[in-house]
Amino acid sequence: MSIPAEVQFGSRVRGSLQLFLRFLMPPARWTQSRLKRWGITGRVLVVSVPYLWLLFFFLVPFVIVLKIAFSETQIAMPPYQPVFHWVDDRILQIKLNMANFAFLWRDDLYWKAYLNSIKIAGVSTLLCLLIGYPMAYAIARVRRESRNVLLMMVILPFWTSFLLRVYAWIGILKNNGLVNNFLMWLGVIDRPIVMLQTDFAVYIGIVYSYLPFMILPLYANLEKMDVTLLEAAEDLGCRPWKAFLTITLPLSMPGIVAGSMLVFIPAVGEFVIPALLGGPQTLMIGKVLWTEFFNNRDWPVASAVAIALLLLLVVPIMYLQRSQAQQSAGERT
Amino acid sequence: MRRPPFFRVSVLVFGFAFLYVPILSLVVYSFNESRLVTVWGGFSTKWYGALLRNEQVLNAAWLSLKIAAVNATGAVILGTLAGLALARFGRFRGRTLLSGMTTAPLVMPEVITGLSLLLLFVVLEQIVGWPQGRGVTTITIAHMTLTMAYVSVIVQSRLASLDESLEEAAMDLGARPWKVFFVITLPIIAPALISGWLLAFTISLDDLVIASFVAGPGSSTLPMVVFSKVRLGVSPDINALATIMVLLVTIGVIIAGILMARQEKARQRDVQMALAANQ
Repeated sequence: MSIPAEVQFGSRVRGSLQLFLRFLMPPARWTQSRLKRWGITGRVLVVSVPYLWLLFFFLVPFVIVLKIAFSETQIAMPPYQPVFHWVDDRILQIKLNMANFAFLWRDDLYWKAYLNSIKIAGVSTLLCLLIGYPMAYAIARVRRESRNVLLMMVILPFWTSFLLRVYAWIGILKNNGLVNNFLMWLGVIDRPIVMLQTDFAVYIGIVYSYLPFMILPLYANLEKMDVTLLEAAEDLGCRPWKAFLTITLPLSMPGIVAGSMLVFIPAVGEFVIPALLGGPQTLMIGKVLWTEFFNNRDWPVASAVAIALLLLLVVPIMYLQRSQAQQSAGERT
Repeated sequence: MRRPPFFRVSVLVFGFAFLYVPILSLVVYSFNESRLVTVWGGFSTKWYGALLRNEQVLNAAWLSLKIAAVNATGAVILGTLAGLALARFGRFRGRTLLSGMTTAPLVMPEVITGLSLLLLFVVLEQIVGWPQGRGVTTITIAHMTLTMAYVSVIVQSRLASLDESLEEAAMDLGARPWKVFFVITLPIIAPALISGWLLAFTISLDDLVIASFVAGPGSSTLPMVVFSKVRLGVSPDINALATIMVLLVTIGVIIAGILMARQEKARQRDVQMALAANQ
């Protein structure tokens, strides 16, 4: 009988583990039998540890944010106080509880930030698609050996610090930065174009940072595509451009959706990029939340902004979940 | 290839130039003599010296490395359990919620995650008196919650791509579930665990937003120090820091690439020998 390769691969690890297990097994068995009496099996343990962790540190915090968003705003105190203010007098809290949202609704700063975030994230997603699609397509069509190297090159920037990569654009875009110096040296312009601290710089920053998130799902999709379909179309006299529009593009729709959501969702709530590359007039909801929290120390309004942002993202997140479920279901069949 | 792939080549050249020119500019200007970062004043390594004498940066870097290492280890344990449950336990009550909770942190805007965790810690401190103040512990917990999601996705996809028959065979031969996990499953998913650990480590090392929310006074991580410096404008010693990081990542990726290629070769040789022995 042959030994499957994967077991052989782990044989060295296995030897030391077996020794370890020999000492560990008796007490482990004893605990196991004790736990079983309480109805706790190993299976339950495996599920419940990460489950409880996520419930406690991921789901419960959202409930707290929701509660604080409905709590009183006007208290001008150290940021700890407002959290518990609603507990004692429930009636007061119910009277005031919509105030923060009403404030967001009335003040058009928040509306502008909200709409501007959607605009900036939407345009950036489109730009990512326009740059990422041809790149993913090109990578999926080179020789098989080169593909992994190119993919690695797409992922590599992702491993280096995001903050420092955004910072690099300050040096490139500022008034005496690389681009302006180069253009002035060429003689195209006589005085620097203001690029830093504009929306333009924010678009560049977002496209640059999130491009890998667009390329990877598109590549995964395009790589699996059946090339014989295109050959058949060509044999039947279809022009390449038309074949692309009628075959490749519709077939790659799941990749386009997944990539777009992976760019759009984090881009809407982005803070670092508008803070470093955008100017004071660049309103984005993540930056507004940050200012409310750190500069104005208004926790209830910051929580209300967070809830508003979350509501904005519920639809795209569910869309992403569904498209991923479909994709994995498609892979199984 | 009948058509010269001119279009594709130019797309790739421009695309990769876009991805790499900013990083290269950081590296080049880190060796610039001049303080004005974008005016070339001759070759110099003085900014590296300035960086290595900067206590604030060094302390922050050391703190970040410690947090990242503890975080990555915890995230791998929690993420493996979650991935194992999702990939191998079939349907169980609450599976949809668990799978939702392991994918949502991946796309959740960091400002929301940071704010919500901070509020949790504040409420906890008022109710049970723990955690006392905020600092390294709260940052580590926050990072673990975020990065365990990444690990669980990696482990889950690795397990999904593997045949369950090995584990089933071991069970048929009388191995207990725990033993099956340690002797069969763990060695198989070891590469996924390593890449999960590295990913959790880098994400933690790089995180500014969540750490800023849940950090207390006196626990400034490296990204927080870098951000406060960078906000005031370009500073050459940050370029030196970036170059060191790029260098370390590149070396790490190259080593990982070589090891993985070698392992893959060994694996293929084993498969061929196994097949030959079978005939």
